[in-house]
Amino acid sequence: MTRKQRRLVLIGGALGVLAIAVALMLNAFRDSIVFFNSPSDVAEKHIAPGARIRLGGLVKTGSLVRGDNLKVRFDVTDGNRDIAVAYQGVLPDLFREGQGVVAEGALDGSGLFAADTILAKHDETYMPREVADALKKSGHWKDAYGQRAAMPVGEAGK
Amino acid sequence: MIAELGHYALMLAFGLALIQAVMPIVGARNDDPTLLSVAAPAALVQFVFVALSFGALAVCYVTSDFSVLNVYENSNSAMPLMYRLTSVWGNHEGSMMLWVFILALCGALVAAFGGNLPAKLRANALAVQAWIAVAFQLFILTTSNPFLRIADAPFEGRDLNPVLQDPGLAFHPPLLYLGYVGFSIAFSFAIAALLEGRIDGAWARWVRPWVLGAWMCLTLGIAGGSYWAYYELGWGGYWFWDPVENASLMPWLAGTALLHSAVVMEKRGALKVWTILLAILAFSLSLIGTFLVRSGVLTSVHAFATDPRRGIFILAILVAFIGGALALYAWRAPLLKQGGLFAPISREGALVLNNLFLTCACATVFIGTLYPLALEALTGAKISVGPPFFNATFGPLFVPLLLAMPFGPLLGWKRGDLLGAAQRLTAAAFVAAVAIAAAFALQHGGPVLAPFGVGLALFVMTGALVDLAERTMILRVPLGAALRRAAGLPRSAWGTAVAHFGIGVTLLGIVVVSAWGAERIAALKLGESIDIAHYRLTFDGLFNQQGPNYRDVVGRFTVRRTNGDLLGVMEPSRRMFPARNMATTEAALMRRGVSQLYLSLGDPDPDGTVPVRLYFKPLVLLIWLGAVIMFVGGGLSLSDRRLRIGAPRPAKVRAALQAAE
Repeated sequence: MTRKQRRLVLIGGALGVLAIAVALMLNAFRDSIVFFNSPSDVAEKHIAPGARIRLGGLVKTGSLVRGDNLKVRFDVTDGNRDIAVAYQGVLPDLFREGQGVVAEGALDGSGLFAADTILAKHDETYMPREVADALKKSGHWKDAYGQRAAMPVGEAGK
Repeated sequence: MIAELGHYALMLAFGLALIQAVMPIVGARNDDPTLLSVAAPAALVQFVFVALSFGALAVCYVTSDFSVLNVYENSNSAMPLMYRLTSVWGNHEGSMMLWVFILALCGALVAAFGGNLPAKLRANALAVQAWIAVAFQLFILTTSNPFLRIADAPFEGRDLNPVLQDPGLAFHPPLLYLGYVGFSIAFSFAIAALLEGRIDGAWARWVRPWVLGAWMCLTLGIAGGSYWAYYELGWGGYWFWDPVENASLMPWLAGTALLHSAVVMEKRGALKVWTILLAILAFSLSLIGTFLVRSGVLTSVHAFATDPRRGIFILAILVAFIGGALALYAWRAPLLKQGGLFAPISREGALVLNNLFLTCACATVFIGTLYPLALEALTGAKISVGPPFFNATFGPLFVPLLLAMPFGPLLGWKRGDLLGAAQRLTAAAFVAAVAIAAAFALQHGGPVLAPFGVGLALFVMTGALVDLAERTMILRVPLGAALRRAAGLPRSAWGTAVAHFGIGVTLLGIVVVSAWGAERIAALKLGESIDIAHYRLTFDGLFNQQGPNYRDVVGRFTVRRTNGDLLGVMEPSRRMFPARNMATTEAALMRRGVSQLYLSLGDPDPDGTVPVRLYFKPLVLLIWLGAVIMFVGGGLSLSDRRLRIGAPRPAKVRAALQAAE
């Protein structure tokens, strides 16, 4: 093999691996990305039943109903619209009514959001940033949400 | 008083760092030995002052001095001594102090033990190290000062975030930072080499031990964080592809690539330009990791409290260092002479392949992590890129890498014999085939790919053993001769085999736990039982327990085999921290060999029903055991004679590195 051929093999190999990586990524981006939506977004965008999304907002006070076998239902609200969420499993430590929540799952045909994941919070003052932004957009943001006076948390502190 | 001393010491360290950042460079330009000789003592004294400052903060925490705002916000006098100490870095300001402390430590180690380095290279490298120190010390002094006082000192502190009140906090952040910041040395040496425009194989020999040490700490730090998340978060996951985890994985991937390309550079003088680039990238990714975690662009347990000014400051540091380094690279790299020809099928070729896959895997993680941030900044759309993305990209890129891995060490330098290597790996392929067949025969209803995953893991493990067997010629020469050969093998050969074996062990754990793990979620009344795998757990009731700064509601469960043999009790709890009005889940773990039963409690109902999550995690401990084996492999390689020659007074270098761990 000449010097030139060796270099070509190297460059060819590198481009080959890179092409595989790019192809894998494009393919994965098509299938496995989940969009975040507030209840208003869900109504406005007419999100199709079965499409996986993240739904974020506040757990509506008084809406939490516990059923058998760890089934729960609650409403997620951004102040303008509510969406009913069904979930089966153990709720995160800091799940409370009136607090921010992010649920991942899909709408069923009847407009009920079937969640398979409820995202945990890490600390009692933490408001998921997406939720904070969604509430600000809907005009229902209150400065008292999810923060302490001396300790602004993330974007919520602005 | 102590806090003010700490603040003052940090300012003095900043002044020294400024001197260290300028004088040696000027000295190297003008061939002025006096200015060159400033670098080492400046680095040492700077370390002393940073250590004093860090120590002062630690004293404030240990003595619960709540007149210091940072202590008030993150500590509580009821916490045990260990958590009062570790909460020093359980918050933004303190963790930046730890970052700077380790950076100064690295600089001091180069200054103390780099005596046989060329004077200019060492002085330039220390100067670059000081640039980083200047940037981060200025960041602390202007935006994240941990020594601020409160006018009216409160009686009690607000307590540390309960999730962080765990022994994991004592090990995970320091190890991770030793890894992150350890790569700064490779970065500084790379920039120094570019400034000089001269580089040779000896450069790789000087840099390799530092890269290796950083890589070892990072490996253990990531594994430790993964185990911590596994038992603390209560849902039994060990890796979530969370951006914060990715932030530590990216430097690890780049660092692993650097480790391998530095071998080629050292032995054969090839891949110089590429190695320099990797050295820059590894530390750049560490900086990006620091930015992601510390700036508040991500909300997570690691983000602590932040304000936007800090994010912008770190972003500026990031842009200056990464942009500057890459610009310098583009300008100076063409000056570096390439050397060392090799055929595509050769040890060098195999290491290039390793680098290709590792950097591509790193790039997929990078894009998956930053794409949502970029998209939100550009279009406002909020998306999440989760495990499905990474499983579909990272996984397929690692399979060929792992398949090729056992071949690498069996190929000769310059021109290798692929067929010969394949023949020598027959035994490994046979073991893998048997494992695949056995896994298919034994499994009922697991994923189809899982047996192949087991086969790949065993191929990697036996491949590493074959490498050792070939080198010692065991089974071919008398045992005594083989043992003599084994004793005579370079430690780095042992290190390679052991570390590669560790990868196989981790892979085996991941495959088995993902494919054959079991999960049960149920609400149990007193006396009810729940079955999983071959085990039956019976709920025996709840009781309360008082801890130093928390209250536990403990559930007691008896564990039996399904045939009735009593195995023991598991006591998971819900831990309530009144200072923050926050509860955590303390999972109970029962080890069965290297498998585990994992039980966590939900919020108990008033009627005494408790929701539980129960997992059976087969071979789960192998995941972290593999990382420990990789660490040991790195340690063996670090103790190799060849690397010790690169640095004088070897015993002390190692002692110092160990002390730092």
